Amino acid sequence: MTTNLIDLQYADVIMATSNMAENHPVGFQWVMKAKERGAKFIHVDPRFTRTSAAADLHVPIRSGTNIAFFGGLINYAIQRNLYFREYVVAYTNASFLIDPEFKTATDLGGLFTGFDPGKKTYDRSSWKYQLDGEGNPRRDPTLKDPSTVFQLMRRHYSRYTVEMVEKICGIPKAIFEECAKLFCGNSGPEKTGTITYALNLTQHTTGVENIRALCMLQLLLGNVGRPGGGVTALRGHANVQGATDLELLYHELPGYLPMPLRDAHPDLKTWLDRETPKGGFWVNRPKFMVSLLKAWYGAAATKDNDWGYDWLPKRASADAYSHQHIFVDMYNGIIKGFLALGQNPAVGGPNAKLARAAMQKLDWLVVKDIFVTETAEVWKAPGVDPKSVKTEVFFLPAAPAAEKDGSLTNTMRLIQWHEKAVTPPGEVTSDAEFVTSLASRLQKLYAGSKKPRDRGLLSASFTYGDNPKEPDMLLVLKEINGYATQEITDKDGKVVYKPGQALNTFAHMTDDGKTAGGCWIYTGVTVEGPDGKLVNKAASRKPADDKDYLGHGWGFAWPANRRILYNRASADLSGKPWSEKKKLIWWDPAAPGNEPDKKGKWVGLDVPDFNPFLAPDAKNGDKPFIMRTDLVGAFFGPLNDGPFPEHYEPMESPVRNLLSRQQSNPVAKVWKVPDQRNELAEVGSTKYPYVITTYRLTEHHLSGVMSRYLPMLAELHHSHFAEISHELAKELGIDNGDRVTVSTPRGKIFVKAMVTHRLKPFDLGGRKVHQIGIPWHWGYKGIEGLPGSRGDITNDLSATVGDPNVYIQETKAFLCNVQKGEV
Amino acid sequence: MARTLAMFTDTSLCIGCRACQVACKQWNELGQEVPEWTGTYQNHAHFTDKTFRLVRFIEEPKPQGQMAWLLMSDVCKHCADAGCLNACPTGAIERTAFGTVNINQDVCNGCRYCVSACPFGVVTFNHDTGTAHKCSFCNDRIHNGLGPACAKACPTESIQFGFRDDLVAKATKRVAALQAMGFKEAQLYGADSQGFLGGLNAFFLLLAKPATYNLPDNPQVPQRNVVRDSVFSLGSALLVGLGAIFAFRRRGEGKESDHA
Repeated sequence: MTTNLIDLQYADVIMATSNMAENHPVGFQWVMKAKERGAKFIHVDPRFTRTSAAADLHVPIRSGTNIAFFGGLINYAIQRNLYFREYVVAYTNASFLIDPEFKTATDLGGLFTGFDPGKKTYDRSSWKYQLDGEGNPRRDPTLKDPSTVFQLMRRHYSRYTVEMVEKICGIPKAIFEECAKLFCGNSGPEKTGTITYALNLTQHTTGVENIRALCMLQLLLGNVGRPGGGVTALRGHANVQGATDLELLYHELPGYLPMPLRDAHPDLKTWLDRETPKGGFWVNRPKFMVSLLKAWYGAAATKDNDWGYDWLPKRASADAYSHQHIFVDMYNGIIKGFLALGQNPAVGGPNAKLARAAMQKLDWLVVKDIFVTETAEVWKAPGVDPKSVKTEVFFLPAAPAAEKDGSLTNTMRLIQWHEKAVTPPGEVTSDAEFVTSLASRLQKLYAGSKKPRDRGLLSASFTYGDNPKEPDMLLVLKEINGYATQEITDKDGKVVYKPGQALNTFAHMTDDGKTAGGCWIYTGVTVEGPDGKLVNKAASRKPADDKDYLGHGWGFAWPANRRILYNRASADLSGKPWSEKKKLIWWDPAAPGNEPDKKGKWVGLDVPDFNPFLAPDAKNGDKPFIMRTDLVGAFFGPLNDGPFPEHYEPMESPVRNLLSRQQSNPVAKVWKVPDQRNELAEVGSTKYPYVITTYRLTEHHLSGVMSRYLPMLAELHHSHFAEISHELAKELGIDNGDRVTVSTPRGKIFVKAMVTHRLKPFDLGGRKVHQIGIPWHWGYKGIEGLPGSRGDITNDLSATVGDPNVYIQETKAFLCNVQKGEV
Repeated sequence: MARTLAMFTDTSLCIGCRACQVACKQWNELGQEVPEWTGTYQNHAHFTDKTFRLVRFIEEPKPQGQMAWLLMSDVCKHCADAGCLNACPTGAIERTAFGTVNINQDVCNGCRYCVSACPFGVVTFNHDTGTAHKCSFCNDRIHNGLGPACAKACPTESIQFGFRDDLVAKATKRVAALQAMGFKEAQLYGADSQGFLGGLNAFFLLLAKPATYNLPDNPQVPQRNVVRDSVFSLGSALLVGLGAIFAFRRRGEGKESDHA
């Protein structure tokens, strides 16, 4: 997220598009604080939830229509002149001119220029700026030229009228107008608003574009980089931000460096040439990449061997290796073995029935978890004859957070350390102990190998501290932070770093092998104190107070302990706060500069996300979005499915797309899986007429591994249930508490019906569409004596389809049937 | 006596997360229960011998399709004039120096007079221990400088713990602020020490009428009826006696007439 949860209290309006009160109840205290200060709170959700209960306005939205909603708000803000013009002209690419060949979906029936219907991809050659003689983008600061990004955006969203939003999203016109007035009306120099999102936006075949649409609205209203503004991305669990930063992902290396592709990046030089942009902070990418390779391969990494670049595994294709790819490959017999560390795909992933069938085909499966999960017992899942499963399963007990040292990075990029409170019992080990001991055993097995491909494994060191069996987690943190591999001196010969000394900032990283660092954005989290010992800033615990409302003394927020990203945008072009009320950082011309005879520095309430000595009137001194090549926020931002988000219906939808003839995302990924294991319902299916959305409850955690085994949590919900409106229940003759069958082309489950006023059918221009909701925490394992702790697996219903950029599943909107009784 | 401690539960800040309910169970080591189907998120339907904090979920459909979902974390009120304490024949129920009401498990003889004497249905009987159970304000914690587990766990400060007079002052301001924001029915429940039951040491800010939350409008201890009901009983006895006398007399008359 660009902002900080504590800062939410200074918003004038907050729009939660996620179910924040239920899924982020601790962070939600800041929404309640904002409300106490008089802020307006809007909740956009298909269901009336505990978040809606706290809201001034609940906006019901049919699942899968988020872009229509945000597009409607963008159109509303432009038509009524509610956008922050000065911010938009100066800090975004709104004034940039686009190649005249480029046409938006308004002119091309829901597609953008360059679509190849055969390959189902876009030729993006016209999706670019017009350049002047010096190679800089051509601009029109009046925003009037029809080729400006602003005019193209205006034209693109001109179809997203209030009436269209009502027909697509099912939001009554009066409610949408009230929402638009509240949110768009609370922006400008004196006011700011923030928007929260979570899996509600991501888990769609338009997942990435959903988030872009949200970001565009925030840029348009001038809300990014300012107090009480920003994009509040709420991550799914305690350390999912940390897992992303350290890239437990298929397509990136730690610190958001692209994972090399076999054909596109045959050697380091090609990778550096292709992946290092010409402007913006990413010009430093070579320093971060070489430091990463030094951190992994140590002394074996030299300039002559490209710092060990060849030893990195390379992706054969960009369209491979995601969670969904893995389970399809497993089902097709391509993947033979699987390590499931703290993950329960038998319950938690899309098309879980396929995932279980895939795991039942493995040669071996290792599960390391804190309870014996459904995945660990996939060989005796309901309906499976254990004798027919040849998979050899190993279960290793894992230590939870309280039984080990380590850090968690929470949703606001805040790295917080936790110490071991108790020693894990018996043979229970931490994940770090498991990984390091597995790695050193593999190194012994491969010792003496002369094969080039084994060089990487043999060169890497997995020892942290004196005891190879128990890694010292502070030393792991130091490797992530980065350190000098040799003595580093300044230009006068003065020693800046001793060999092995932790780096203070990523600005000191180099691409000559003198520094190592496992994740450049974390640099500064642990530094050397005056006594030569490591100071672990992730463990610092000074709470926020009146002088430091953002709490810089509590933990460490990457990068560089900045709490609000792009905060240069909190000041106007001349460096003054847009208003006294919304000040954050500003240019102080009297402050001492970086050289004895110079004056001027960025100062204020946060660490500047900017060169602190770059004056507002200097070149690029008024360009806050430093991570982008062109240094401005992007309304025009090419993704695989287009430079502007366009509404498409979900892969399974009860209705035709009203905006264009393009029904669903033309470049979305739909996997073909043998044995009818990934069939989809047709548009407007009569067999599967109801929209279904899946979600979590406060009382349970993810696939239930951390909640279904604990009675005080598991007993809080009677048993697995589906939330059904009174209207649908009446049509189907269902009473509250009846058992019902919910089915899709992939599977069916039996659950109890919770008939509630909190769900209502949607009126789409006269057509009534019913939506139901089912939480997905239940599985076939649970507690003795608590039958409700076990239940059918909701994800047996969802499909293996994905967004074209990151291949995330579409589990928030698909189709189902509901029948009374167990059919 | 020390300054009275209290808990102020502001339902306008409650998000129904039930951290209080879980923290209470965990700290007080209350065991597993098999929940009943209530048709809503609420579990359990009532206070039990193993559930001392209970979050109530009240769906209120409104005209024009709008609705409210009232969320309220309910608990023992630790009444200044406590029915359970008055009814207890063994002295097991005591008032602590902090003003809270506590059941001494070693002294309780399981007579259950307290169960029927509570106007809120808070006190429950445990068949395993043979004694009555309820919230003790985390007696062990408050005597060691810690707040009750529920208040500690609450993420939104919906449950606040402190000195009663401070909390009442705060609550009075809060209710005025809410009314100014348009919550016309916002009201305090049990804050007034001149009001019912001499005031509650666990008092509430409600957003609707007490009855909406399953709370009595004007709760009374049953003992207050003792004198009046005794008079009724005496009167009834007198009437029965008189009736009997008349009846016997008439029967006698009848016999005489038989002889006649």
